Amino acid sequence: MDREVVLEARNVTKTFPGVVANKDVNLKLHRGEVLALLGENGAGKTTLMNILYGLYHQDSGEMLVRGEAVRISSPSESIRRGIGMVHQHFMLVPVFTVAENIMLGAETVKGLSLDSATVRKRITELSEEYNLNVDPDAYVKDLSVGQQQRVEIIKALYRKADILILDEPTAVLTPQEADQLFAVIRTLKAQGTSVIFISHKLKEVLAISDRIMVLRRGQVVGETSPEGATERSLAEMMVGRSVLLEVDKAPAQPGAVVLNIHDICVNDDRGQQVVNNVSLEVRAGEIVGIAGVQGNGQTELIEAITGLRPTKSGKVVIGGQDLTNAVPRKITEAGTAHVPEDRQEDGLVLSYSIADNMVLNTYYLAPFAHGVVLDEAKIRENADELVKKFDVRTPSAVVPVGNLSGGNKQKVIIARELSRPVKLVIASQPTRGVDVGSIEFIHKTIVAERDRGAAVLVISAELDEIMSLADRIAVMYHGEVVAIVPGDQATREDLGLLMAGAKLEGVGT
Amino acid sequence: MNAQTVRKLGRAALLPLLSIFTALLVGGVIIWLSGPKFNGDWFGIKFVLDGYGGLFLGAFGTQKAIIGTLVRATPYIFAGLAVALAFRCGLFNIGAEGQLTMGALLAAGVGFGVKGMPLIIHLPLTLLAGMLGGFVWGMIPGFLKARTGAHEVITTIMLNYIAAQISGYLLNGPWKDPTNVTAQTPKIAESARLPALLPGLHWGVVLAFLAAIAVWYFLWKTTWGFEIRTVGANSSAAKYAGINVSRNIVLAMGLSGLLAGLAGAVQVAGVNYRSTLGFNVGYGFDSIAIALLGRNTALGVVLSSLLFGGLRNGATIMQFRTQISSDIISVIQALILIFVAAEQIIRWIYRVPATPDDAGQATLSKGWGKS
Ligand SMILES: Nc1ncnc2c1ncn2[C@@H]1O[C@H](COP(=O)(O)OP(=O)(O)OP(=O)(O)O)[C@@H](O)[C@H]1O
Ligand SMILES: [Mg+2]
Repeated sequence: MDREVVLEARNVTKTFPGVVANKDVNLKLHRGEVLALLGENGAGKTTLMNILYGLYHQDSGEMLVRGEAVRISSPSESIRRGIGMVHQHFMLVPVFTVAENIMLGAETVKGLSLDSATVRKRITELSEEYNLNVDPDAYVKDLSVGQQQRVEIIKALYRKADILILDEPTAVLTPQEADQLFAVIRTLKAQGTSVIFISHKLKEVLAISDRIMVLRRGQVVGETSPEGATERSLAEMMVGRSVLLEVDKAPAQPGAVVLNIHDICVNDDRGQQVVNNVSLEVRAGEIVGIAGVQGNGQTELIEAITGLRPTKSGKVVIGGQDLTNAVPRKITEAGTAHVPEDRQEDGLVLSYSIADNMVLNTYYLAPFAHGVVLDEAKIRENADELVKKFDVRTPSAVVPVGNLSGGNKQKVIIARELSRPVKLVIASQPTRGVDVGSIEFIHKTIVAERDRGAAVLVISAELDEIMSLADRIAVMYHGEVVAIVPGDQATREDLGLLMAGAKLEGVGT
Repeated sequence: MNAQTVRKLGRAALLPLLSIFTALLVGGVIIWLSGPKFNGDWFGIKFVLDGYGGLFLGAFGTQKAIIGTLVRATPYIFAGLAVALAFRCGLFNIGAEGQLTMGALLAAGVGFGVKGMPLIIHLPLTLLAGMLGGFVWGMIPGFLKARTGAHEVITTIMLNYIAAQISGYLLNGPWKDPTNVTAQTPKIAESARLPALLPGLHWGVVLAFLAAIAVWYFLWKTTWGFEIRTVGANSSAAKYAGINVSRNIVLAMGLSGLLAGLAGAVQVAGVNYRSTLGFNVGYGFDSIAIALLGRNTALGVVLSSLLFGGLRNGATIMQFRTQISSDIISVIQALILIFVAAEQIIRWIYRVPATPDDAGQATLSKGWGKS
């Protein structure tokens, strides 16, 4: 490629205590190019991007922006040099409007007051130019995740970024939102913006990128183009072995009903009823998947089952015990495992060690406590074992979970929840942000739980995941279960239509 | 202790130590300005050094000085632990002063009101009464927060006023010492007083050290402490893990109040032998400073209390030797607090990079952030 190199890293090395996060990494990004960065959880992708963006500084190696060697020491400097980054966790102020958020830190003033008219005009222009569809006067808290992400992109463009780093932008998006994002990326590219795109979804990588770079344990292990690659070959390059991309499972042998949801109604935070008379049964030895566009009541349904949200009417029975509106601890003790949707907020205490997070809901039980006294040795032993078994990439079990890479955080939750002998497994987005190798492992573990006799309820925004994992698929639309389809008879098209609210002949409850 | 623990301790202590150092430097400039300036010996620097020399001597220079410092540090330790414990649960207890007042009142009440009991019963009863007063006064805002979401910063401040009013009423009214014009209770019975460990040093100081160990053990080694810390670190994750967030908020505030109440009770039983109107003013804010400087750890609180106690105790000698007003101590304390709270300034001055570990450190602003 003879286009201008806008960003280059030469022999960049970065270590954290006990971990080499990047080792002699070389990377070149050309003008108007989409470079995909692939790699296992903990391979060092985010670290490398944080170095390019000035959040970390490399131990050795060089960085060049448009051919000029630079030492970027802070994000504000990288912004000045035209580099923008959209983090997986957005950095927006919820109670500010879009325009106010975008102005923040780059305020335009007219005399003594903020010149918001100009800013809003510019946002509208950018929004139209790149088809971003963002209203400058909307409050960020009212926006969907996909819209918030577009605000972040506008924020970067507003600061005249022509190098855009997107760290797992699609992990939190619905498939529709992801498609919109790709359209935006294509427009950006056509205008000459260069993009670095990180994702664990190989399909997306093949669809959007011009070039693909693969990292493994901090080092570049290969480069390829989407033309010369398949999902399988990419997966192999990442993990270093062949990966099973489909779930391998025998037909389900459903037993007794473990979870019986009977005609329940649930309100959301604003007091609106978003789960309407839902009934659903999950039996021992089967996996039921809930498919649906995000925001159709799935989250609230799960919160009601797990005791985190009041059930207005109806009944939740787990293992024959009526647990409607029981406290979460009682539901856990009845033999329920819960993998929450938002791992940072709800699943982990980031400042705690891996060991403490592994016993976050069992710390008071033997062998982790004797009476009220914690047994640190046992807690540590348990963590060491689980770290090994679930392949959490970390120097030791005492490091704070906050230091782990995104996917490894998820593995800590999975390890905690699926290592207990439970009757019912409820997993929301169990593989969000997890690499292909670990997805394979998590899926295997879930299927093993099923075969051991657990009832499993899986909620996922990934249709592929639901389709390959679930023995029965319940489709939710506007707070109702509109159809229950046997897993082996479901097609993408049917599910897509049901999720959009269509009634189908032939497939139904 | 292995090398890793030592390094960890060193890292934790670095910023507080730099803050103290900087505060002393700035305080030195102020002392210099108040002295003969360029006309003095060594351009007035000797004046500053004399002042600090007197301060040090008065704080730690003699056995008597050390005893005075320990006595002054004792209530600081209890009250600092109180603030630190609440903070570990994500709660900002501004109300140590009110809880301390209630503790002192009840302790004095039991101390002078009950008569003819042996020390072995009367003294523990007196201290227990103090703990109870603080416990209840701390639990009220905890309960209000858990039930209605009322922010503890507001409610504890309000309860400080209420405690002050109750104290004013009792000390001027029914509990007033009839033999004296001052608003204070009569002296407590001999059997309610903390005996002396050494001349001038009461057993309360030992209780304070024991309390520090107990708080450390409670927070880090028991399931109760685990719950409280989890609620403080991430209340949403705590809820998902089945921890009863409301109960822990009430418990943490209650225990925090209990410790503050004990500070008041020990002061009554060990030093003043009575409760006097207004003796407690300032403890509430000093205890926040001590908890912050000690990074909400038990050991840190003990060390910070010794520092604050030493500053207060040494100020007298300093004033005596150099005519520097002892008010400068309040200025230095305030400067320490500013530098500890505005950690970024210290980082910037001394180029201390943020370590990844700091990501997990609780910060002051957090207490305000969550409702
Ligand atoms: N602040 C930190 N302190 C200590 N170690 C860290 C820190 N940040 C990252 N690491 C370690 O560096 C390695 C690389 O992490 P990084 O976040 O770059 O991975 P990643 O490729 O982005 O993974 P994922 O796909 O899971 O997001 C991991 O082993 C991680 O534990
Ligand atoms: Mg990452």
